[in-house]
Amino acid sequence: MDLNTIWFILIGVLLAGYAVLDGFDLGVGALHLFTDNDLDRRIMINSIGPVWDGNEVWLVTGGGALFAAFPEVYATAFSGFYIALMLLLVMLIFRAVAIEFRSKRPDPGWRKMWDISFAVSSIVSSILIGVALGNIAMGIPLDADYEFAGSFLGLLRPYPILVGLTTVALFMMHGNIYVVMKTEGDLQEKARGWIKYTIGLFMSLYLIVTVWTLIGGEDLKHMTDTIYANPWLFVVPAITLLAILNVPRELHHGREGRAFIFSCVSVVGLLALFGIGMFPNLIYSWPNPEHSLNIINAASSQKTLTIMGIIALIGMPIVIAYTISIYWVFRGKVVLDEMSY
Amino acid sequence: MDAVFLSRLQFAMTIGFHYLFPPLSIGLGLILVLMEGTYMVTKNRIYHDMTRFWVKIFGLIFALGVASGIVMEFQFGTNWSTYSRYVGDVFGSALAAEGVFAFFLESGFLAILLFGWNKVSPGMHFTSTVLVCLGAHFSAIWIVVANSWQQTPAGYHIVGVGDSARAEIVNFWELVFNPSFLDRIFHVYMGAWQAGAFFVISVAAWYLIKNRHTDFAKRSIRIALVFAIVASVLQAVSGHQSADTLVETQPAKLAAMEGHFEASAPADLYLFGWVNEETQEVTGVRLPGMLSWLVSGSSETPLTGLNAFEEGDRPPVNIVFQAYHLMVGIGILLILIAAVSGIMWATGKLWNARWLLWILVFSVLLPQAANQLGWITAEVGRQPWIVYNLLRTKDAVSPIVTVGEVWFSILLFGAIYSLLFVLFIFLLNEKIQHGPEDAAKLELAGKRA
Repeated sequence: MDLNTIWFILIGVLLAGYAVLDGFDLGVGALHLFTDNDLDRRIMINSIGPVWDGNEVWLVTGGGALFAAFPEVYATAFSGFYIALMLLLVMLIFRAVAIEFRSKRPDPGWRKMWDISFAVSSIVSSILIGVALGNIAMGIPLDADYEFAGSFLGLLRPYPILVGLTTVALFMMHGNIYVVMKTEGDLQEKARGWIKYTIGLFMSLYLIVTVWTLIGGEDLKHMTDTIYANPWLFVVPAITLLAILNVPRELHHGREGRAFIFSCVSVVGLLALFGIGMFPNLIYSWPNPEHSLNIINAASSQKTLTIMGIIALIGMPIVIAYTISIYWVFRGKVVLDEMSY
Repeated sequence: MDAVFLSRLQFAMTIGFHYLFPPLSIGLGLILVLMEGTYMVTKNRIYHDMTRFWVKIFGLIFALGVASGIVMEFQFGTNWSTYSRYVGDVFGSALAAEGVFAFFLESGFLAILLFGWNKVSPGMHFTSTVLVCLGAHFSAIWIVVANSWQQTPAGYHIVGVGDSARAEIVNFWELVFNPSFLDRIFHVYMGAWQAGAFFVISVAAWYLIKNRHTDFAKRSIRIALVFAIVASVLQAVSGHQSADTLVETQPAKLAAMEGHFEASAPADLYLFGWVNEETQEVTGVRLPGMLSWLVSGSSETPLTGLNAFEEGDRPPVNIVFQAYHLMVGIGILLILIAAVSGIMWATGKLWNARWLLWILVFSVLLPQAANQLGWITAEVGRQPWIVYNLLRTKDAVSPIVTVGEVWFSILLFGAIYSLLFVLFIFLLNEKIQHGPEDAAKLELAGKRA
């Protein structure tokens, strides 16, 4: 396998890491207003308290790796999605400070303000990430210099918006399972009650996106070419679907940890499907597919890809090892103490 | 105003805001290590309480640092896409390495530092504190590698011509240890240590003035003051070293710092002054030949002046001159404050010298100001280049981002950062007013519960 392909996969791994990890804490944020008392909300925030900013590092590192391995993609996408990205940054800022600031004062007005800020920023961040992915899949207009030739409003098309909504629903489902796993008593019962809705919502949207992708226009055809050409790849959507369907069963048997693992598998499966559809393109150009950015014309030099590979090879196993250890330290149900948010 | 100017303004604003926090994480991180380390050795409960108090404050600072830091990483792509295409091969690697080697470490173990007190052994907690501190220091390494490469590019070659030309790595270690890196990382570290040390000193001095938590405050000051003295003295050494390197690497910047115009002549050193860029005159108090003497040992040595460069290749002079002189002035003031406080401490008079404690309360602003001014000197002094002698700032912006879009983001971030700054100060003040928890009381409360 050549370095360019390896880096395509590694960027995918970083994004999958981000989606699995920050996915559940964005989901917890999106569900935040579903509970109305302060204690429940505190428990929900503290369920992600120790880990959320480590989770966000996957996005930061993914961004850095994209910059280093495929600078053309980083430059084109980030300048092309200018307004959307600025909004995403604002949302991520509000999320971070909402988590940090909320607990600092007991005043209900203060807490309500940060509760709303936390929920809205989580929902909007998820939508924006989904809309961006939907646009990249559907193709955006690029000129011969690979510069984005469209407008912000032009990005708000039905298909990408649908992908955005599906992303929120996915994270809400994922976060919901996480909350069930991390809580007990009344709150856990409440969260269990949401499960059928969050799974139902996600499954419905997922079905619509899938059908749309399959029968959609010329601009989406490239997303299914690879999988039709290599039918064994149908194992990926099959596993994804089975993983999701298995979640209610695991929960029914009280195996919350396993339910969460299956939810993680489904998130990874969905991103894998996206990656399979996109490969070897990183940004699909429409209506001029010949201007697409792919793993060859967007990449850094082989030397840099090698150096980055060494950095990843040294760094990531250590990162994964201590990340697992840290999750292990914070395993079990949330218990509030005086250091909690 | 054009998109180049606005994008520069936005970058200056967002990095200026962001850079209030990382130096504190770095400096305070090291102080946490010292405090918790003292606890590990002495088992004196007060050091445990001290660590807990400062950890809470560290958490607040860290959150703001993370929130404002993501903006920085995305901004190269959003506003400087031509730059990103040109240098991604080189510059992107440093940013990615920062994520892998620093951010994961820092934010991962921060979880244990903040929330792991009852979940891991004291030894493991201390190890986490050390790792968070290391992570903070590592992140500075990679970001200074990236920025130093912009100042003194090395280890690369240019591939392609015209619009498709870009820099590619030839030698990774030459890139990392580019000619200005070591001087600058040292300078950044000392500035960060000063920021952390004077921050702790300031809060503790205020407690002493108010006669609250006096034992806690005195112990905090003792640790931080030693640290402040060391960092302030080393910072002077480091500053001198940086200037020395500039003679070779960035003579135009050095010339702007002292308003030295003549193409090749012995250079003076100004204590303070004002530069008239039209007439090329500096009004102020100068020590003739002093700059030449400092960097070469002889006041007769001719140094390259601004007129040796084409007009379009010179940085703005007065801004660089003022930022630099203010920074140096503050640096000297910090040495004085640290030295006087040290002497007063040694003679047992510090705790009752209210005039000095008041100075210490306000001293927290000085390293912050010097850090900002230092970066202004470094970045404005590099102009008109974004990568020295390779790529001009005006050629580096995103061609498709419009003036209106940049206005939108500037106003957005301007408003949000103003709000965050006010809230940060407000919450910081609340935490400080609340003061450290008394461990004995906490334990009692815990037993009753």
